[in-house]
Amino acid sequence: MTFETIIIGLGSVLSIASPIVIAAIGETYTERAGIINLSANGTILLTAMSGFVFAVKTESVLVGMLGGALLGGFVALIIAFSSIYLKRSQVAVGFVLTLLTADLAYFLGSPFMGISGPRIYSTPIPLLSDIPVIGTLFFNHNIMVYVSFLIIIFSQFYFYKTGPGLILRGIGDNPQAAFVRGANVNRLRYIYTFIGGAMIGLAGPMYSLGLKAGWKGTISGLDGIGWIALAITIFGGWDPLKVAFGAYFFALLQWLGIFLQPYLPNIPSQVLQVAPFPLMILTLLFVKIGDAQWVEDILVKLPEKPRQRIRKLINSLQNAAPSALGSIFERK
Amino acid sequence: MKIELNNISKTFGKVCANQNINLLVPSGTIQGVLGENGAGKSTLMKILSGFISYDTGQLLVDDQPILIQSPADAVTAGIGMLHQDPLDVPQLSVLDNFIMQQNGKFIPNRKKAKKELIHLTEKFNFQINPDAQMESLTVGQRQQLEILRLISLGVKILILDEPTTGISLNQKQQLFAALKTLSQEGHTIFFVSHKLEEVAALCDQVVVLRKGQVVAQLKPPYDINNFVKHMFGTIIELPKQKKYATPDNCLKADRVGIETHRLNIKNVDLDLKQGEVIGLAGMAGSGQEVFMQACAGLAKAVAGTLELDGVDLTKKSYRTYKESGVAYVPASRLEDAMFSGMTLKEHFILANQNKHGIISSEKAHQQTQNGIQKYNVKGTPEDTVDSLSGGNQQRALLAMLAEQLNVIILDNPTRGLDVESSIWIWKQLKERCKKDNTSILFYSADLDEVLEYSDRVMVFYNGEATQPVDKNNINVETLGNMIGGAIHAYS
Amino acid sequence: MPTVDPKSKPNITHLGFRFLGVIIALGFTMLLLILTDAPPLEAFRQIFLGAFGKWKRFADVLVAFVPLLLATAGLLFTYTTGLWNIGIEGQIAFGAIFTTGALRIMQDTTLPIPFILTLAIVAGALGGMLWALLAGVLRVFGGVNEIFGGLGLNFVATSVVIWLIFGPWKRPGVASMSGTDTFDKSLWLPMISGTRLSLVALIIGIVAIFLTWFLIKKVYFGIKLKAVGHNPKAADLSGVSSVKYMLLAFIFCGIFAGLAGALQVTAVYHRLIPSISSGYGYTGMMVAMLVNFQPLLVTPIALFFAILNIGSIQLPIVLKLDSNLSGVLQGALVLFVLLAEGVREKIAGRNN
Repeated sequence: MTFETIIIGLGSVLSIASPIVIAAIGETYTERAGIINLSANGTILLTAMSGFVFAVKTESVLVGMLGGALLGGFVALIIAFSSIYLKRSQVAVGFVLTLLTADLAYFLGSPFMGISGPRIYSTPIPLLSDIPVIGTLFFNHNIMVYVSFLIIIFSQFYFYKTGPGLILRGIGDNPQAAFVRGANVNRLRYIYTFIGGAMIGLAGPMYSLGLKAGWKGTISGLDGIGWIALAITIFGGWDPLKVAFGAYFFALLQWLGIFLQPYLPNIPSQVLQVAPFPLMILTLLFVKIGDAQWVEDILVKLPEKPRQRIRKLINSLQNAAPSALGSIFERK
Repeated sequence: MKIELNNISKTFGKVCANQNINLLVPSGTIQGVLGENGAGKSTLMKILSGFISYDTGQLLVDDQPILIQSPADAVTAGIGMLHQDPLDVPQLSVLDNFIMQQNGKFIPNRKKAKKELIHLTEKFNFQINPDAQMESLTVGQRQQLEILRLISLGVKILILDEPTTGISLNQKQQLFAALKTLSQEGHTIFFVSHKLEEVAALCDQVVVLRKGQVVAQLKPPYDINNFVKHMFGTIIELPKQKKYATPDNCLKADRVGIETHRLNIKNVDLDLKQGEVIGLAGMAGSGQEVFMQACAGLAKAVAGTLELDGVDLTKKSYRTYKESGVAYVPASRLEDAMFSGMTLKEHFILANQNKHGIISSEKAHQQTQNGIQKYNVKGTPEDTVDSLSGGNQQRALLAMLAEQLNVIILDNPTRGLDVESSIWIWKQLKERCKKDNTSILFYSADLDEVLEYSDRVMVFYNGEATQPVDKNNINVETLGNMIGGAIHAYS
Repeated sequence: MPTVDPKSKPNITHLGFRFLGVIIALGFTMLLLILTDAPPLEAFRQIFLGAFGKWKRFADVLVAFVPLLLATAGLLFTYTTGLWNIGIEGQIAFGAIFTTGALRIMQDTTLPIPFILTLAIVAGALGGMLWALLAGVLRVFGGVNEIFGGLGLNFVATSVVIWLIFGPWKRPGVASMSGTDTFDKSLWLPMISGTRLSLVALIIGIVAIFLTWFLIKKVYFGIKLKAVGHNPKAADLSGVSSVKYMLLAFIFCGIFAGLAGALQVTAVYHRLIPSISSGYGYTGMMVAMLVNFQPLLVTPIALFFAILNIGSIQLPIVLKLDSNLSGVLQGALVLFVLLAEGVREKIAGRNN
């Protein structure tokens, strides 16, 4: 295990994480606007399949990527429409869609299983990629990885420095307040649901045209990615930068699982492969446990000093969801 | 700016909320708007501020007809509204709330906005820190910020809905001074309130609405009895409140301390006697709400002791409190105490003391019928609670309380109710004091209500509380001062 | 949380709009078939034949019907309590694991067979219950949303199954994805001859639905679950502990899910296989959404879904179509019925 291999490994972590980064930040836009898009898992499967098929048919990875994004945006719009216009539960519709889109992916994709098609290759950035360490880490990837970096930077800037970003945070926390400030809340919710859905949709072809090129049906290994992206959105506290770190953290664990396999022969590979999921639960546990009554019950029994220290710690871990998440906006 | 309303009418289904309203408010006027709940004043204010559209009539601003379809349109036309609970985003900073505006610059100039905010704050002698988190502000400060925001957007006609509920005397004085300054600068102000003295003191002219119509337009000098006569048609006599307090102890709190993530409540004492009513006063978030929850076993005290009839209940569970005859009625009835989407009958089934085994549908129906009748709830057992009016929901909640309670704890028991419902609710509560020696602990943001119905009053400020004071030794002004921080005036 | 307005009583317009949703879902599926150059009507005919062509096939439908009934029965408890127990797949798998384990322990003993089988099935219920309780504890004591907790636990359960199959419970010789060693025939639940259908399993499924109906609609327990589902805070205030009843809902759901897993082992596969839950949990969630909190409606709808599942098995052979078509149709049905319901309420709201 040399320094070199570790750097290359860490570089690959940034690459493995890139679809999850984009999908989870996409979900962050949507949820910040007040809509939960629970369809991510199925959407990623569907856009992975269809993005691949589009690319095969047109011999253009660009069409594959854009097609996947549009499809993801469209699926998300169904949730926005059924919530905003038809007042259906976002969780119910999103859950049905996640199952339906997965079945659609398997059904429609079966003729294309295992065939070869175009893919994106890595494009090292001239000069920058020659910088030792940093070059390998950041500038020796395929173009979508660079896109993921840009999305992180742009989103962080958009959320916290721009006027529309302020309105976006407003419509998720108190839509009435945004409304009196001139925001067309429902239109913005449609827009951000579409944008977020398109970013989730982009994650699919990033796998099928890049990281895990091709379409292999149920053994594509993509089932579960969408759920992880959704969990990371919570873990990252609806903050683009923290969400990105969450995605890198999980990718690092995945990579470690593969990397450490030869050194841990006693642990079956299945255990290491599912390691991200219990870890996902654990991390959610950390950010949410402060809400639990029993924690409070124990805290009040402690003496003042430790009590206040623990309270501080728990509060610093806690992430509050946008207050209006999942609820319907109506003019009062 | 001058504003003129010509024959404005608005109906909701069969209900005529506003009927041919005519009103002329010259530039620089402070216009008082009076009327009981349901008289149509909030509909009218919502029409002016763009929340709802009127059916027929005409709105003229400086003699120009205007069309308003949204609050944003209204602001563009120079009309802005300050809501009783200001519409802001608590999760953001004060400055963020100040600059947040659709169609502003893509990258707002924060430095410039901050300068403007500080300038305006100083001009009106307000106290707001631009960098503070919105959550840390009192309702009074949030109102101040919202006024400044609207002024900075160029609003010339300002509508204020019940702005003096829940703020301290000092904040009220600052507000009135600011309104006077604004009116001298040519701003037109609508002041909606049910506090007649305030309207009389502040307003240049007053309009009274009843059943959707203008029933009187008055100019100073005002006669408060005259206001009442116009508002209600007849003069409503508040029933004289009798005192049923006995010398026997009921709920006793000794140096109670409670921690919340926003506030630490320290050393609160209480000795509620059997049959007594103690009212709590304080600005929202001063600790009285959490203290009441602790008295019901819903929040845990970290220090001090709580006793009921001499039995130590410190750190006991809510269940124990409930079984000891303590009942808690929260402020948000539908959000915290009822099951939206479930029927009255199901609520009565759930309110049963013994909830085991097979449900007898007929018995439950009968029980619900009885409860509805006795407590005058307008509805059938099969109606879902969310279809009831606020007053009926509160009546239903009281109907479901167990018989012969030791303590009833109520958070804003008459919020959103009209005068008659409020009087009725209090009649029922006092009846329990008399009949069962039940004690009552309640908090109201309305200082008049606190003084009207309490035997003794406690004031909370920033997590500290006074000892209970006899209500005859205190008046609304002192109370207003005390909730603003001068809580040691009486101890 | 309720997906459809629970207070609305079914009437002609309600049924009309649901029917509209069904029609649109069928149309949507046909459109897909046309787009993929498949003969749509022939596909539906093949599904019908696949389910009813022979008595044996219909018996297979009933075989699939049982776990679906059990899963949906369990899910009605969690739905009523406002919980999305997505972790039911893992709960079914854990039921199967516990049953397999119990059978492995007892298979070489001299205990009477009915006793062994009963104990194994009870063990399955226990396994499902424990796995559900874990999701429940994470939810009520840890604040972990049951969707994410349950989902994570599903993946863990699957990996435990695979680990057992390839590790401790490996077949003598070579381990494979086809599962553990098949149990001796004496340990199989008796089947109706010529079919794979066990009458005992069918009875357990139907009893489960009636029990669910009774518990949810007729006794205080059900209305307490409903209260917690509508407003946990208000439930606590009225003395119904939201923590307790949420956990109880998970427990009941886990028991039924575990039973489903237990029966998959004792009545269907007679061994532990990697995909032992076969997606019945997720399909059950869709049935539960369609029945709108009415336990007695579960039977016909679960039967219909089972027909689709079994009928589509032969699609790949006959029409070279992927059998996930049944999943597409089921998903489309639920989606469009949900949306049609929304349209109905929208129109009703306008008329008022």
